[in-house]
Amino acid sequence: MIEVQNLTKRYGDLTAVSDISFQAESGQILGFLGPNGSGKTTTMRIITGFMPATAGTVKVAGFDIFDESFEARKRIGYLPESPPLYDDMTVTAYLRFVARIKGMARADIPDALDRVLERCGLTDVAYRVTGYLSKGYRQRVGLAQAIIHNPSVLVLDEPTVGLDPQQIIGIRSLIKELAGEHTVILSTHILPEVAQVCEKVVIINAGKVVAEDMLTNLAQDQTLEDVFLKAIAQEEPGAAETAEEAAE
Amino acid sequence: MRNVFTIIRKELRAYFVSPIAYVVLTGFLLLGGWFFFNLLSRFNVLLSIYTQLQQGAADQLNLNEFVIAPLMHNLSIVLVILVPMITMRAYAEEKKGGTYELLLTSPLRTGEIVLGKFLASFLFICIMLGLTGVYPAVLIAFGNPEIGVLLAGYLGLLLLATSFVAVGLLTSSFTENQIIAAVSGLVATLLLYIIGWPADTAGEVLGPLLRYLSVTEHFAEMVNGLIDTQDLVYFASLILLSLFLTQRSVESLRWR
Repeated sequence: MIEVQNLTKRYGDLTAVSDISFQAESGQILGFLGPNGSGKTTTMRIITGFMPATAGTVKVAGFDIFDESFEARKRIGYLPESPPLYDDMTVTAYLRFVARIKGMARADIPDALDRVLERCGLTDVAYRVTGYLSKGYRQRVGLAQAIIHNPSVLVLDEPTVGLDPQQIIGIRSLIKELAGEHTVILSTHILPEVAQVCEKVVIINAGKVVAEDMLTNLAQDQTLEDVFLKAIAQEEPGAAETAEEAAE
Repeated sequence: MRNVFTIIRKELRAYFVSPIAYVVLTGFLLLGGWFFFNLLSRFNVLLSIYTQLQQGAADQLNLNEFVIAPLMHNLSIVLVILVPMITMRAYAEEKKGGTYELLLTSPLRTGEIVLGKFLASFLFICIMLGLTGVYPAVLIAFGNPEIGVLLAGYLGLLLLATSFVAVGLLTSSFTENQIIAAVSGLVATLLLYIIGWPADTAGEVLGPLLRYLSVTEHFAEMVNGLIDTQDLVYFASLILLSLFLTQRSVESLRWR
């Protein structure tokens, strides 16, 4: 469903993402893990077609995000790190606008709107202005925006950051429900979230993939935390050696 | 085309659900009303002086030359300042608020976004200028200005404002900071306004070139009632060039 191949992104001299490859099967929830600044957001922005890669390809539902960008973008729902809301619009007006620019037929919009309002628990705030909503509601509107056109692929960038525990549980169960009909890529640095929600895990560090496997294989005889820390440590053997030398 | 309408609706809604539209329209009409009132009272004084001086001298005075033309020139200066403030948020706010990501990851063509935003601001400008129609309406009700000259002047004012809109949108597309967008837009529109000033002393080659580049020069012709193809071509080129550059500027994010 999502195929990332040899993806590289450089900003001038800085290499944000270096030759990463992974894939997510249809209906799967893929946890995209990595420390802050490891290239998660950059990768997601490339997958969603927001920015081009320096090298490599991304295929979404069989369409190349660069060459067949239009078709690919129709099939993606994207929740960036901060929900992309217009603060002076009501929730309903905003979701209607998104549905239209995602290319939905006018006749399908009312049903889709009811469906996502219900599903994301937004019925009570449907006519409130998004600028006055709490963080949790804003995040939910962001999620509603991502799924309104029923995309086959969902890209969620740290969807639970800054929410209270109850809201986190709500969003997580919502994401779980969404799998099956949608393929989900979920970026996060919260490990328990991955353990609870995801089937497959890709760990990246300093722009490189350091682990890619099913969660059940990875965390067979050790906790995900150990796997994560080991994967990240492996990546910098040079640094570790210098540290040892310095100790001696 | 459907996407263009969607963008236009969203942009116009943003103007009118926030105080922006009302503040801008009120301010514009307030200044316009002040200009109109002063020009008209001056015209009245002149009229009474001329009538006392000599029989028939008052015929030399006409509303077009003494009220409408200066009013339009004054309004054009207000537009130099106001238009960049209307357009500054167009792209800068989207970039800052993260909604730019939503727009650019949606199946929209860059041209549709650019055209939608331009047409929305254009419609807003039309509303702005349309409301100033009360002033000439008063003149038509109580006097006899020449309608043809008046309409040519309005066309000039509309083309001038539309060019400023296109330039303002271009500067907004360069930055995520609204103040930078407004200031660079203001500098650009003001420069277009005054670039012809040194024309008289700039020599035989540069002089006419500077004069041609200046919006004032083309605008003044139309206010005088003269619609020349050359002026229309000038405004059309300025608008299309700015739109093209805006499209490139938005698209540049997608360049490898």
